[in-house]
Amino acid sequence: MNPRLAVWIVNGLLAGLAAVSLFPLLWMVSVSFMPHGAASTLPTPLVPASLTLENYRTLFGSIGMGRYVLNSLLIALLATVISVSFNTMAGYAFAKLRFRGRDAIFRALLGALVIPGQVAMLPLFLMLKPAGLINTYGGAIVPAMASVFGIFLVRQFARGIPDDLLEAARIDGAGELRIFTTIIVPVLKPILATLAIFSFLGAWNDFMWPLIVLTDDSLHTLPVALAGLSREHVQDNELMMAGSVVTVLPVLVLFLALQRQYMEGLMAGSVKG
Amino acid sequence: MTRHGAAAWILAGPALAVIAVFFALPVAAGLALSLTDFDLYALADLSTLRFIGLQNYARLLQTPLFWQALGNTLYFVAVGVPLSIGLSLGAALLLNARVTKWAPFFRTALFAPVVTTVVAVAVIWRYLLHTRYGLINQALEAIGLAPVDWLGDPQWSMPAIIMFAAWKNFGYNMIILLAALQAVPHELYEAARVDGASARRQFVDVTIPILVPTLVMVGILTVSGYFQLFAEPYVMTQGGPLRSTVSVLYFMYEEGFRWWNLGNASAVAFVLFLLIFAVSAVLLRFDRESGRRE
Amino acid sequence: MPRRATPVGCEPRRRVLRRLGWGALTLAGAGCERTREASNALHFWAMGREAEVVAALLPQFNARHPDILVRIQQLPWTAAHEKLLTAYAGGALPDLCQLGNTWLPEFSALDALEPLDDRIASAGIARDDYFAGILDTNRMPAAGGGTSLLGLPWYVDTRLLFYRTDLLRAAGHAQPPETWGQWQTAMRDIRQRGGARHYGALLPLNEPEPLFALALQQGALLAEDDTRGAFSQPPFRRALDFYASLFHEGLAPSMTNTEVSNVWDEFARGMFAFYITGPWNIGEFRHRLPPERQGDWATAPLPGPDGPGVSTAGGSSLVLFKGSKRKDAAWKLVAFLSEPETMQRFHALTGDLPPRRSAWRSPALADDPPSQAFARQLERVRAAPKIPEWERIFQEMQLTAERVVQRTQSAEAACAQLDAWVDALLEKRRWLRSRTA
Repeated sequence: MNPRLAVWIVNGLLAGLAAVSLFPLLWMVSVSFMPHGAASTLPTPLVPASLTLENYRTLFGSIGMGRYVLNSLLIALLATVISVSFNTMAGYAFAKLRFRGRDAIFRALLGALVIPGQVAMLPLFLMLKPAGLINTYGGAIVPAMASVFGIFLVRQFARGIPDDLLEAARIDGAGELRIFTTIIVPVLKPILATLAIFSFLGAWNDFMWPLIVLTDDSLHTLPVALAGLSREHVQDNELMMAGSVVTVLPVLVLFLALQRQYMEGLMAGSVKG
Repeated sequence: MTRHGAAAWILAGPALAVIAVFFALPVAAGLALSLTDFDLYALADLSTLRFIGLQNYARLLQTPLFWQALGNTLYFVAVGVPLSIGLSLGAALLLNARVTKWAPFFRTALFAPVVTTVVAVAVIWRYLLHTRYGLINQALEAIGLAPVDWLGDPQWSMPAIIMFAAWKNFGYNMIILLAALQAVPHELYEAARVDGASARRQFVDVTIPILVPTLVMVGILTVSGYFQLFAEPYVMTQGGPLRSTVSVLYFMYEEGFRWWNLGNASAVAFVLFLLIFAVSAVLLRFDRESGRRE
Repeated sequence: MPRRATPVGCEPRRRVLRRLGWGALTLAGAGCERTREASNALHFWAMGREAEVVAALLPQFNARHPDILVRIQQLPWTAAHEKLLTAYAGGALPDLCQLGNTWLPEFSALDALEPLDDRIASAGIARDDYFAGILDTNRMPAAGGGTSLLGLPWYVDTRLLFYRTDLLRAAGHAQPPETWGQWQTAMRDIRQRGGARHYGALLPLNEPEPLFALALQQGALLAEDDTRGAFSQPPFRRALDFYASLFHEGLAPSMTNTEVSNVWDEFARGMFAFYITGPWNIGEFRHRLPPERQGDWATAPLPGPDGPGVSTAGGSSLVLFKGSKRKDAAWKLVAFLSEPETMQRFHALTGDLPPRRSAWRSPALADDPPSQAFARQLERVRAAPKIPEWERIFQEMQLTAERVVQRTQSAEAACAQLDAWVDALLEKRRWLRSRTA
């Protein structure tokens, strides 16, 4: 095949795919600045004829989106901090420490990956009621405090740490926990960053569980609030797009800023090795 | 084997405790629930709870809506998974090609939909698929095709959701496949080229065999994820029109949280788990067989 | 990898963050509940448009009771049922709530509602000021025998005929029909004059209310103290046969409401002459029909088998939840919203019809002919069976009717199948009854 043709075809296809991927997101932003009802005219506008902030004003004013942003932020941050801590400790333990039942437990964890989380949701809901965690931030965070995927990711990465490093430290008389905090954690920084991004994204985007466990609308996270809005304001598309922008923008920004770590971590954790 | 016993349990303990208490225990409780007739009456007064063995499962198999939900979900998986993986593979190959310019930009652009919130983008797509004002129909009309009532016609509602899911998810598998592609040693391609193999031969003989294990893993993950279809029908169609987008999980949600038949709902959840398990086992067996053939 | 030298004794960030995390978690979990209680606000859940509007009525309430703060939470109708049941299961119900009166049996079975008889008596609210059929929907069996009122009706909803007066007159009928027979004749005459694509009535196949009203006019739908289906019995069969005959004769199109592009446009164009719908359409008809059509429509009570018939007893009630810690304050809000003047203001804002006859004395209602047909119909309404499972049976009934209309199944087979399904659904109710007997 003519090399120049190949260049055009390959890059053309990629450009086309990129356009398809990005177009809905760009249009979302565009419509959010349109006045009410502008998107329901023919032909559907791609760019606002007149820019307006009224949708955002309504969103943060009478609908009180700010509250939902704070809820999402708080829950996602707490879930991230806790799950990164727990997953890192456990991932290292499974990778480098020897203890009774280690391999059996890890195989069981892998098996648990196949079980859809929703199987646990209903009974978990009933379990949390006597614990008083229904309709609290705690209830929303609790299932996200550790994950098999996170442990797996850290373990994959930690296995690459040379054993001599650890042996040398042990010979020097350092205890296991000290080794973990002073040697391992700094070495694991790249994967910690990836894990943090994963956890934050997962917690921010989580929908079904917060939908179930948070009944008071003052505690709703952004996805839940947006779903409620979409059923209430079916006709008001410009407002809905503004709501989508507010929900999606933080994670997109986070992703763009840290995409290298995120994708490297994803690739590292996925290659069989 | 217990050299590091105490320290290991301190490190692994919290995570394992969380998983045991907030996952394993509810799953076991769910299994138990599925063997009872837990419903609204039991919610009010636990003494009305009865152990009914496998009756929930038996009744489920006689519920037409359950079969419809199963059919819808299988349709979604059977069409959506190959579509999504096909797109991912194609995109990964394109990104990996030597002639690609600005690969990092394309990689980011193609991955962006993955990190977005399903609810938020479902709202966007719901409007893109609007019969009159949706841009998709306007694009169809521009090239001379008739507009489609995507979310109002039972025949087109699931294809609409399949399109949306493919758009949202293909970037994820693309990255995984890209990693696998980039891990293929160049020497293999060199050797094949020296042997006179064309680009297509190289692809078939070198790339594909190396990709198969990753493809199987990607396949299992995607199938497992696609079986858990819920947010899209919840936001875009509420299971309609005419229940054509009721997925197994949506059915479970309605049974459990709308009618409060927790016994039934738990049975549905377990059936879903068994389904995913069975399909994954089949795919894994396929992987092992193909590996043995090498 | 170079070994990073860390000063001995330096507390790793991870541990600090972890402690912070736990601290914040406990605070978040506990703090949230505490602020809710301490705020002393009344939590009032309402749905849809009513939630938006009730806030406008609050200033007058606040003037009378400045110490009571009211927090309104708006729930979309499509999610309200789940949210309420989930809240009950999670112990997170509000103090008072707007509850569709078909949901009262469920919450009564859950023993979640506070009986209101004493409060109504001591507040001097006259029970017989309420439309009897509507008040009856709130009456549930009480624990110690007898019945008690578990809610106070807030607004009512029923279904009756909206029709094209000009088409009816042109077909030779001066008055709206009062019996099924007259209705059928009128529709036949209209169809004959109109020709193809002109029907007698629009009865969307996914709306159960019209069939339900016809069934209520004939008799009981459940038997043996609401533990078995009676859909194969003559009363429902007569209603179903009449309903299906309208489609089979071509007097009504086999469509769902999503297939009709714009029901008001079609009504204006004369696609159908009769439409069974509710009070909100009074305002909608005035808004959406073109000015030249405004003189050509009217409302009339539903025809029954042998004379004016009963209709559905819908609407919402205000309920207090037993678990509330502020029942007295919540009752004050209920009493305020139940005052005739407040109901009239509510009607002006939403178009929802008041459940109290005294509230109907305002000119907006008393001098409004379309609303007056509702007033007459409201004297003839009958409640749905008061069992928690009714909502599901209601929907299954319509799916059954759809099959009969589409001729996918004969009426006998369909009703037998429905009865079998209902019997299976009500099995637990039968078991509970036999347990307490």
